[in-house]
Amino acid sequence: MSELDQLYREVILDHYRNPRGHGALEPHDAHAEGQNPLCGDEVSIFVRFADDGETIDEIGFEGRGCAISQAATSMLTELVKGRKAEEVAVLPKDELLEEIGIPLTPIRLKCAILGLGVLKVALHRAKGTPLPEEWRTLENELRLADD
Amino acid sequence: MAVTPATKLDARRLRADFPVFDELVNGKPVAFLDSAASTQKPRQVLDAMREFYEHSYANVHRGVYTLAERATAGYEGAREKVRAYVNAPSSREVIFTRGATEALNLVAYAWGLDNLGPGDVVVITELEHHSNFVPWQFIAKKTGAEFAHIPIDDLGELQLDALDEIATRGNVKVVANNLVSNTLGTVNPVEKLATWAHEQGAIMVVDAAQAAPHRKIDVQALGCDFLAFSSHKLCGPSGVGALWGRRELLEEMQPFNFGGEMIRSVALDRTSWNELPYKFEAGTPAIAEAYGFGVAIDYVSEIGLDAIEAHEHELVVQAMDALAEIPGLRIFGPPAERRTGIVSFELENVHPHDVAQILDWEGVAVRAGHHCTQPLMTRLGVAATTRASFYLYSLPEEVDRLVAGLLKVRKTFA
Repeated sequence: MSELDQLYREVILDHYRNPRGHGALEPHDAHAEGQNPLCGDEVSIFVRFADDGETIDEIGFEGRGCAISQAATSMLTELVKGRKAEEVAVLPKDELLEEIGIPLTPIRLKCAILGLGVLKVALHRAKGTPLPEEWRTLENELRLADD
Repeated sequence: MAVTPATKLDARRLRADFPVFDELVNGKPVAFLDSAASTQKPRQVLDAMREFYEHSYANVHRGVYTLAERATAGYEGAREKVRAYVNAPSSREVIFTRGATEALNLVAYAWGLDNLGPGDVVVITELEHHSNFVPWQFIAKKTGAEFAHIPIDDLGELQLDALDEIATRGNVKVVANNLVSNTLGTVNPVEKLATWAHEQGAIMVVDAAQAAPHRKIDVQALGCDFLAFSSHKLCGPSGVGALWGRRELLEEMQPFNFGGEMIRSVALDRTSWNELPYKFEAGTPAIAEAYGFGVAIDYVSEIGLDAIEAHEHELVVQAMDALAEIPGLRIFGPPAERRTGIVSFELENVHPHDVAQILDWEGVAVRAGHHCTQPLMTRLGVAATTRASFYLYSLPEEVDRLVAGLLKVRKTFA
């Protein structure tokens, strides 16, 4: 497999072309949006909890940007659906990066974890789940917009 | 312009001067199409700087020993080369800065803070690089002056018929414009703007960062009051650039930075300033870099600005013709006759970062992003573009590789 195929492997292109969980959720229980000022990627995430008020029952996103940022957010929705908010709050980024499964340069890494950062901020705001230092930095760097 | 044998340069021969072109990226020779961001460096500049450090280096201006004299001669010799390069009346009017950005900040602060106030208007354009936009926006806010912009049309050319309306808004005091747009390559009518600016009693500030490396600059013919450019876009080292300013304006201005070298005398209760240009060169400057800047000016001048301009024009015509054949590709900016060797474009349904990433795997280096021109991106209705830019060492087959790479991008995202 050439490097080109590796970087834009079929599964990423598939998520980019046919994003899962695409679209805003109204009404929703949690929401945040953010951008990557470097390449202008934008992601907005909406979450609805199950009756227990903890479990992510539905998750949707809207956004525009490079294939990596949009495909990674699409993969993220599949990864976290059915999980509890506090579990997602501490979800290591490596778990998402394994799903993406391609080597990323430091610049493209920011594209890949934009959606995860936005989701963590949304849960932090709605549920008061912890937002570790690493993501607070990201909150500044990525201009995760205040509601 | 017409290409005659007398003005033709041999890019293939010139490439031998640039060690970086021996480098393989992803197993392929680099098609470096990002010279608008920064240019590669010829051996002549690299060797001269090394030689300078090995034989002639010390701090400049104050030492009485031989090495200091040699260093000062090298540094001041470079100033004279900059003067001649832009046809400035006097080398006292040439100030070494960290680059075009610092030069433009110097004017905005040192001239703007003392000369702007409520009722005054600062005029920039929708095409400006942030470095000639944000300093003026900031200083206008700080002084209460109005901040007005000249809009562009759909081809990225300035709409000068907006000037009459702008003149009704107050006392126009500054007009700031880039001679060449870094994103679109548009060559702007700076002479006309300078005439209009002077009719309003305003000063004309020219950002020549994208112009000076590519075409002949004559500050007296342009009729401007300040002109800024950088060494690193002209085959020279980074960390140094120049500001040319009219002597009477520079004489009136207060210093921008304070420290060593820029003073005449310092006492506990007062300080007086050194003469031009040293008033604006506080601290130890980028000595070897300024020297290298001068060598780069020699290198480029020897090839000839007319030959460089003609070479880039051939490449931009080739690129625009070939890119226009790619389905879903949209080129921004004016026709080739009214631009330099810069082409910005978008490819339908593919983000510029994905375009640049795939091109990199093909060994083609292009820029993707907003190019520090966010107001222009907003005007064009895009978040970012992909930009290819050429210089004296660029080859027709590199344009071919760009086109082949773009076809691959399209196939990947089909």
